[in-house]
Amino acid sequence: MTEEGIWQAALRSRNLVLGACLTLVFVGAALLSFLWVPYDVTVMDIPNKMQGPAGAHPLGTDHFGRDILSMIMVGARTSIAVALVAVGIGMGLGVPLGLAAAAKKGSLLDEVIMRGNDLVFAFPSLLIAIMITAVFGASALNAIIAIGIFNIPVFARLVRGAALSLWTRDYVMAARVAGKGATRISFEHILPNVTNLLIVQGTIQFSLGILAEAGLSYVGLGAQPPIPSWGRMLADSQTMISFAPHMAMFPGLAILLTVLGLNLMGDGLRDLFDPRIRRGTR
Amino acid sequence: MSWMKLGAASALALMVAGGAWAKTDIVVAMQLEPPHLDPTSAAAGAIDSVLYSNVFEGLTRFASDGSIVPGLAKSWDISEDGLSYTFHLAEGVTFHDGTTMDAEDVKFSLDRARAEDSANAQKALFGAISEVEVVDPATVKVTLSEPNGNFLFNMAWGDAVIVAPESIENIKQAPVGTGAFKFSNWVQGDNITLEKNPDYWGTPAQLENVTFKFISDPTAAFAAVMAEDVDVFAGFPAPENLPQFEADPRFQVIVGNTEGETILSTNNKMPPLDNEKVREAIAHAIDRQAIIDGAMFGLGTPIGTHFAPHNPDYLNLTGNSAYDPEKAKALLAEAGFPDGFKTTLKLPPPSYARRGGEIIAAQLRAVGIETEISNLEWAQWLEQVFRGKDYGLTIVSHTEPFDIGIYARPDYYFQYDNPEFQALMEELNRTTDPAKRTEMLHKAQTIISEDYVNGYLFQLATATVAKAGVRGLWKDAPTQATDLTAVYWEE
Repeated sequence: MTEEGIWQAALRSRNLVLGACLTLVFVGAALLSFLWVPYDVTVMDIPNKMQGPAGAHPLGTDHFGRDILSMIMVGARTSIAVALVAVGIGMGLGVPLGLAAAAKKGSLLDEVIMRGNDLVFAFPSLLIAIMITAVFGASALNAIIAIGIFNIPVFARLVRGAALSLWTRDYVMAARVAGKGATRISFEHILPNVTNLLIVQGTIQFSLGILAEAGLSYVGLGAQPPIPSWGRMLADSQTMISFAPHMAMFPGLAILLTVLGLNLMGDGLRDLFDPRIRRGTR
Repeated sequence: MSWMKLGAASALALMVAGGAWAKTDIVVAMQLEPPHLDPTSAAAGAIDSVLYSNVFEGLTRFASDGSIVPGLAKSWDISEDGLSYTFHLAEGVTFHDGTTMDAEDVKFSLDRARAEDSANAQKALFGAISEVEVVDPATVKVTLSEPNGNFLFNMAWGDAVIVAPESIENIKQAPVGTGAFKFSNWVQGDNITLEKNPDYWGTPAQLENVTFKFISDPTAAFAAVMAEDVDVFAGFPAPENLPQFEADPRFQVIVGNTEGETILSTNNKMPPLDNEKVREAIAHAIDRQAIIDGAMFGLGTPIGTHFAPHNPDYLNLTGNSAYDPEKAKALLAEAGFPDGFKTTLKLPPPSYARRGGEIIAAQLRAVGIETEISNLEWAQWLEQVFRGKDYGLTIVSHTEPFDIGIYARPDYYFQYDNPEFQALMEELNRTTDPAKRTEMLHKAQTIISEDYVNGYLFQLATATVAKAGVRGLWKDAPTQATDLTAVYWEE
């Protein structure tokens, strides 16, 4: 398959295009918020609280008179930063662990890694996240660590499974015959062949990370005020939902659309990278 | 024929029943569940919210307007020198377990509360007592070591209720008192039920069964009232929902005063907050009205000192700390912090603290003071802030009545240590002359206001949401109580 072929197929995939567009909107909003926001989100304007969407405030104001559009833009930053770093932790630790486990299949190392993974998997992730933040205090950093830890086994398992089948390939055999060590083979021959898988899984984990961050800040364990966060915006607005529904609706929509966008993109990428499925759709 | 007659008769009976017997059951919701049911051994206000006046009574009691009226003591004589109080007890009073309430029980209760090993949370209330004597079964003589102008007030607190030696052992699970209701059952985590005491010595209650339900989440509280699952919500936690209830003919909203001075408590020993100039700067950086509007949706009265505005001795000192960010910045520069500083702001769960904290953080940021907000649960707050004194700033409402005396305790969590104030409080306790007391109270309010001990925000209001037919609820909250002894349903 040529380079142009991939791009053409990508553009033909409705899921991928729609998902990428939605994701870009929110990533763009987050990036833009570093340079410019309509209103300062740390400045309150209590006389103008809970105004509905209108000219000066396109998405209205919250219970402290802050501009909801600005808060969603800055909140996107929080969500994306937390999810991105959490996925980074998961990949950074999970991938080497998975590669190592596959390279030494059946060894004590493999057992230790995989049983360790099972252990982390066995706990309900949100519960552990709550425990971590309860012990070390609630902050965006602890939310990142909590979410990141649960990404480790996801990547480790994925990589181990894929790598195991690659280890039986002839070119790996050839590399072994040529005298390359397990570490070198893992990084030179195995890793490049699991990248596609990692990108797809990374996208899905990214969307789960955004959901997890929103969930943690909803219960007050994520980013602390005054840093805006979508989950906390939802929590703050819930007793006011009957008379100021815009306060809950817009952060809720932001979470929904971002997660939807990332999932669509993940699906689209999987279709694109998997030759069998791609052939099937043609 | 006879069947028809029977049918008509029973229909008639049903109609009569429906009209003649008003509802006698009530479900009262509140936010916090008591940790146990002994008001004489814990500071938790939730215990009094359920039991005060309903199950337990003291020698004197708070009336709904905050005045002190006779309780189990129907009258009393005070000696010339103010040192001995002779209480004449009401006759024919029995505890819910059938034992009689007499002078021995009063002596037992007071001696237990003031004992060396007493677990009473307000031991200071009994500090002036030197001896309790039983004169006869209906008369008790209490001797004080020095005159105490507050003694009858002190005896009205929930911490000073009369308990019986026969039932003291299980009081935490099965409280036995003398009140118009007796304890029936406690489903932990959900509800406490009381039933009418048929042998009550005073005016009997009009309700037969009372259920206290505990709903901590504001959203669930709103839903429970809207769905009419509860008849009364005492201390409704979400002020933003009150206009909806007011507009709904099914409900009534009763807004009243509380004894809760809501303050930005400041750790007077933690640098740079130990600098009076810094505290003054904080006081001028705060816009009280914005906090009342933003956090409480307009409910609350601004205060300038630690005293309830509805008290006749209140002095309006809000002018000492008027909102003036420029002055705050100048004061910070004068104190040596032209670029501000950083401190912690630890917030307990109520919305006045969580929302008020966000607003105060924004107001302090505007003058250069950065605060690191951490939201704590009550247990953590008590541990870290109240006992551990590990904090810079916090927001809390001090709901005890007439509690300016806490400023005379240098080990209290805000660690204010002013010998002049301490001497003034000692003198106040010895003074019984009302005019002199007023003068001293004015002076005390002024001292703490001008020392900028804490940021004085507003007097907490309490909102009770009830079904339209409920009558006899307290409007104000002079003490932590949900007195149901006079509550009834109106058709």
